[in-house]
Amino acid sequence: MQAWLSQLQSTFVDSGGINLLKKGFGNTITITLGALVVGVLIGTLIAVIKYFGEDSKWMKPLVWLCDLYVTVIRGIPVVVLLLVFYFIIMQSSEGITVAIITFGINSGAYMAELIRSGINAVDGGQMEAGRSLGMSKLQAMRLIVFPQAIRYILPAIGNELIALLKETAVAGYVAVVDLTRAGNLIRNNTYDAVNPLMIVALIYLILVVGLSALLKQAEKRLGKYDKR
Amino acid sequence: MISVENLKKSFHDGPEVLKGVNVTIHKGDVVCVIGPSGSGKSTFLRCLNMLEKPTGGRIVFEGDDLTDKNIDLDLHRQKMGMVFQQFNLFPHMTILKNLTCAPMLLKKVPKEQAEKKALELLGRVGLADRAESYPNQLSGGQKQRVAICRALCMEPDVMLFDEPTSALDPEMVGEVLDVMKDLARQGMTMVVVTHEMGFAREVSNRVLFLDEGVIVEEGTPQEVFGNPKSERLQSFLNKVL
Repeated sequence: MQAWLSQLQSTFVDSGGINLLKKGFGNTITITLGALVVGVLIGTLIAVIKYFGEDSKWMKPLVWLCDLYVTVIRGIPVVVLLLVFYFIIMQSSEGITVAIITFGINSGAYMAELIRSGINAVDGGQMEAGRSLGMSKLQAMRLIVFPQAIRYILPAIGNELIALLKETAVAGYVAVVDLTRAGNLIRNNTYDAVNPLMIVALIYLILVVGLSALLKQAEKRLGKYDKR
Repeated sequence: MISVENLKKSFHDGPEVLKGVNVTIHKGDVVCVIGPSGSGKSTFLRCLNMLEKPTGGRIVFEGDDLTDKNIDLDLHRQKMGMVFQQFNLFPHMTILKNLTCAPMLLKKVPKEQAEKKALELLGRVGLADRAESYPNQLSGGQKQRVAICRALCMEPDVMLFDEPTSALDPEMVGEVLDVMKDLARQGMTMVVVTHEMGFAREVSNRVLFLDEGVIVEEGTPQEVFGNPKSERLQSFLNKVL
């Protein structure tokens, strides 16, 4: 026990490992939340374009473009995507910016499908009722369909967020010190492999468990009008 | 008020559901549309406010051709209330919000005024005390009465009913029909697709018998129910009465 504590002391305090961990933790959270926002925006946009594109001819090229985007992104590993953005498309940007954009674009492709199936899960009569009152398709979408679709979308987005959090562990490939990289750097500096990696794993685990609990809470609140 | 000229509709190159329907609906008319299932009744009604896009013919509503591509359909739909078989209330809104959201959004009616009107309508159908409930807390009959109020809140010139009592438990049919009778008595123009022959006979001033996509017979309830001319109407009435 005494030996383990002094090992911790030397790994995290004496060699500044704790600061690396803090920085890595901050970056992981920043990238995850940033990518979530980008992903939700892209996903919503694509879902809405595809929804409205179903019965309008002039939107066909846009729909085609969205399909292409989803196909391409889903077909490439996110690490490869990250390297492509870092070394080719966004050469002059910082790693963390590249990471946010890349992970956002990546999860946007998945979010699009989640959001679209959420919208489709709302009974078609809801849109019709809105339209029959004189609402435009966009108004009915915004006020009637989307607020109901949220209940189907939110759990899926929560799962996506958890996946996203863990995916960002590869951000180290583009010189970002995220949580994983921080653990790895500490291991490198101190030759202590066990403690840094265990701590890193534990932090991820706690984050995921915390997110799941939050999500459950949110779902409960959104379902309140179902109760009789 | 509404004149339907040679209305045709088919779905995805399938067989024609409507094969050229001609009918004129005047102000104050209460028109009941009857016929066997699959005859195109609901499709006909849904074409009137363009929830289904006709594949041929014209629908002229208050002088404007709704099948014209350049027309502002949303504006015309505001004047055509619709009541659905499955109610289609908005489950995420309170009853009051269900009633006020469209007038406030589309006609810019101030909140207090919209709520006053909504409560008055709810009072008329005996549901004023349910204003703060959510749709899932109501029975089917109550939901349908709310749905009628929701359509009325837009102060439409005509009300379209798509089998409004077909999804209801038998003991709730009466309360909905009573509201509709009231509405007819006040002079509302109504087009009602229904299986309630009693209602058609008692309340409507014209009955259309639709079968296989055409109007086979039309006339006053006395003519249609009392003296059916075509064989198809006779056999239909034999089955349902």
